[in-house]
Amino acid sequence: MSVAKVLGIETEYGIAGGPDADQIVASSIIVNAYAQEGRTRINWDFEGETPDMDARGLPDLTSFAPIVETHLANTVLTNGARLYVDHAHPEYSSPECRTPLEATLYDVAGEEVMRRALMVANEMIEPHQAISLYKNNSDSKGNSYGTHENYLVSRNVEFNHIVRAMVPHFVSRQIIIGAGKVGAETEAGLDSDPFFQLSSRAEFFEEVVGLETTLKRPIINTRDEPHADAERFRRLHVIIGDANMSQVATFVKLGSTALLLAALEDSGLGAFPAMPRQPVGAVRAFALDPGLKYAVLCEDDRERTAWDFQDELWHLANDHVERKGAEAVAGPDEVQLVLTQWREMLDGVRDDLDAVADRIDWVAKLRILRGFQERHSLAPGDARLRAIDLQYHDIRLERSLAQRVGLRALHADYEVREAVHNPPEETRAYFRGQCVARYPNEIVAANWDSVVFDLGEGPLQRVPMLDPLRGTRVLTEELLETSATAQALLEALDR
Amino acid sequence: MTEQERIQKQRTERASESTPPVTVDATKGDQLKADLDDLLDEIDEVLEENAEEFVRNYVQKGGE
Repeated sequence: MSVAKVLGIETEYGIAGGPDADQIVASSIIVNAYAQEGRTRINWDFEGETPDMDARGLPDLTSFAPIVETHLANTVLTNGARLYVDHAHPEYSSPECRTPLEATLYDVAGEEVMRRALMVANEMIEPHQAISLYKNNSDSKGNSYGTHENYLVSRNVEFNHIVRAMVPHFVSRQIIIGAGKVGAETEAGLDSDPFFQLSSRAEFFEEVVGLETTLKRPIINTRDEPHADAERFRRLHVIIGDANMSQVATFVKLGSTALLLAALEDSGLGAFPAMPRQPVGAVRAFALDPGLKYAVLCEDDRERTAWDFQDELWHLANDHVERKGAEAVAGPDEVQLVLTQWREMLDGVRDDLDAVADRIDWVAKLRILRGFQERHSLAPGDARLRAIDLQYHDIRLERSLAQRVGLRALHADYEVREAVHNPPEETRAYFRGQCVARYPNEIVAANWDSVVFDLGEGPLQRVPMLDPLRGTRVLTEELLETSATAQALLEALDR
Repeated sequence: MTEQERIQKQRTERASESTPPVTVDATKGDQLKADLDDLLDEIDEVLEENAEEFVRNYVQKGGE
């Protein structure tokens, strides 16, 4: 049986400017600016963080496990998100959401959080030090930073099955959700000297399965850190994805992946297409082929293009929904919206790019790049084309090109403004966000699966939240409403 | 079947076809071209003035 596909996106933003152009300092200024403005200065609790645990069972001694930095700026927001400095980037980790549409809303709310942080920060520093932020994944010089999706998955599914089911999707979904990129920046990519790639991230992937996220990046990341009851749940940590400016692309990225995971949990591997024989080669080659003609040899000796993979996967998901529904992912209307948008985007990239330029980032970006190149008769390597690529992702409304290309919105501006402050209601993020809003002075730390209170006397008190589906509005609103103080809340919880 | 149900059904049927017919008429093409021209005018206005320096200075530390 499929488990509820609780999900969310973590985004590291690109950053420029700041005092001495130091990115760590600039990132800290951004996080602290927002924390001061929002009056939420709550530490992250690292208890329970085990980023070196490997889903394959044994710790991989040849891998470099990620290093957790505890000394950098860090805060928990009233919408249940985490805003902090990760390496040299400000990162927004969305709260746990119940459906793809909701997770899209909280991803867009993250852009608004960064925009507000930027405004506050730039008022505190000298004008010539002004900071700018980019929701993208690389600097075009070989340095990449991540946009990671997370999905709750049943522990009953063998990890090996997740690999075999999801590799075809992860190598091919870039044809509809790739953010696009001018040129190449790794040794492998530069060899082919492309004008444009479908995905900004594809060329950074070097392994099929692995624990790392910063070097030798794998298509399937094995970090086994469920932030939940590990007997029942996995968290699939997906590191192969671009930061999308298109809300529809984010929605289809989350929705398609969640549906396929639910299908795997309910019906097993049977209907999934065979993996490419060389997944790393496939993901890179597909990125270099906007014409979508390139086919790769698969383990069943068939050849498939990226489009063929996506078409098969769409039919698999559609059949699954028809036979078993997909309550684990979302309600029927939302599931249909995933399927129709996914289908329209697939048919659009094959038959009529202009029809999907309002939804697919790489199509929208390539359209303005080609138009601009033609208008000004530019050579392919012209810096202005790279500037367009970068500025497409600028967070500032007055600079952003993504804001100008006519992308469809899924959420009204007022919904986004509310999501900046209010948590999702159907996961434990509700309890976390509400506690931060109601008892900010008594909370000393929080993390995904607990909130830690300090009442001034006695030991710190940790409230565990090991089930992502508890701590919802339905379960906790009355308790919160009737607990005027943190002490009252803890006493009520003890009863 | 009410009008609304019929439309709903048609929509569902249309959505489930794997290859919907794609029609591109000339007026649509002209409109797209005009839209693109307007868009490019706007990009001319907001694009960072010194593109070379803007792009060169954008150097990030890796992340994740």
